[in-house]
Amino acid sequence: MSDYNFAYLDEQTKRMIRRAILKGLAVPGYQVPFASREMPMPYGWGTGGVQVSAAVLTPEDTFKVIDQGSDDTTNAVSIRKFFEKTADVAVTEATEAASVIQTRHRIPEAELSEDQILVYQVPIPEPLRFLEPRETETRKMHSLEEYGLMHVKLYEDISQHGAIATSYAYPVKVADRYVMDPSPIPKFDNPKLEMAAIQLFGAGREQRIYAVPPYTPVVSLDFEDYPFEATKADHPCDLCGAEDSYLDEVILDDAGNRMFVCSDSDYCRSRREAGHVGRLGVETAA
Amino acid sequence: MRVSAQTAYGGGFDDPARAAARAFRAAMNAMAKPGEIRVLDQAVPPVPLSAAAGTLLLTLCDPETGVYLAGACDTAELRGWIAFHTGAPVVTAAEADFAVGSWADLQPIDRFRIGAAEYPDRSATLIVEMPALAPEGAALRGPGIEEVAHLSLPELAAFQGNAMLYPLGLDFFFTCGDRVAALPRSTQVTEG
Repeated sequence: MSDYNFAYLDEQTKRMIRRAILKGLAVPGYQVPFASREMPMPYGWGTGGVQVSAAVLTPEDTFKVIDQGSDDTTNAVSIRKFFEKTADVAVTEATEAASVIQTRHRIPEAELSEDQILVYQVPIPEPLRFLEPRETETRKMHSLEEYGLMHVKLYEDISQHGAIATSYAYPVKVADRYVMDPSPIPKFDNPKLEMAAIQLFGAGREQRIYAVPPYTPVVSLDFEDYPFEATKADHPCDLCGAEDSYLDEVILDDAGNRMFVCSDSDYCRSRREAGHVGRLGVETAA
Repeated sequence: MRVSAQTAYGGGFDDPARAAARAFRAAMNAMAKPGEIRVLDQAVPPVPLSAAAGTLLLTLCDPETGVYLAGACDTAELRGWIAFHTGAPVVTAAEADFAVGSWADLQPIDRFRIGAAEYPDRSATLIVEMPALAPEGAALRGPGIEEVAHLSLPELAAFQGNAMLYPLGLDFFFTCGDRVAALPRSTQVTEG
């Protein structure tokens, strides 16, 4: 018997969040204000994602949490344990076995299915915030579909760097209407935003929830002569040899040696278990 | 004959937190995938309300949401049941966050709030009680639908007009017995 209500939050809070999620799904990419609660973790540690997960989880779910693609970082482990304790849900590290996946800053490499839900932790939900600090103005810009400023920003990237230098939190247009911050995922992940799973975004400190239903068109903003390009480090994974996954760079010693490894720990593990070996990988005794 | 209080207020969630979680999952899947029919049977509301409509009210309504009961749904039993289980105030159509009734009783639908340009979420959700619900008829296209879905809508023009208001507009749940489907404002509706 747990001392907590199912999934920690009280029922009235969950209803409020659930209503926001439904409106978010009805207007894809629009940021629905919600009365974010204090959670037993600091802002910036995924309080928005946790509240969305709490409102969405059912007792039958299998829950997975990743932080920058990894199942075993502090943030991911804490949130997984939090819902193990308060919602008594099954947990997993295998992407395909999970029905609800909470993520910080990555989309899993494995393709998600219609039966899965991806919950993003979002620090700054407003894509125009660093261009226009006033909420009253950004709200007006969204209502008028006035996104010229965002294109000016991308253009300034090109004029200064010769290419669009924005490499994460790359702005997208959802269902041909709202410009949306996909949370700080690498732009390598942007093409995956058009997926079969339901995507929910929760920003706790900023008190916003937004959503992308399955199969919704999500277009990364670009120019005809500078088309959007999903980039990654130009290496294979040094552990599993994958050429198609997003990589983390790891410094190995003071001599400047480094290795590149999949940021998606489950993807890398399952490839190594299937017998793939990278440059620095070790043959598993199989 | 008067029914006892026990009967009048029966039919709520057995295990409120878990029942609401399961019901919301079905409702969310319905709204995220317009036209898909899901089962909602966690509540047993008084007649004439369907199990699916009753479950939606218990899942989504509380003292912060105004409910409008249209036509035949506006009974003393139902008002009492909703007040007992949710505490939601019964309000006029123009103030409603949720409205429930048959398609005919909900007319005219331009009475309901469609949201504001800067806050399109401040719009009503209509729960339309249907005599039948089937994945056939009107063709639905838009977010949540891979190519095309079909749903037996009560008519076409009202939903086409609603979609033209996008991003403003109403969102709909259609309920029949213990089944539910949804039609958000983002869906384009054409003849099937």
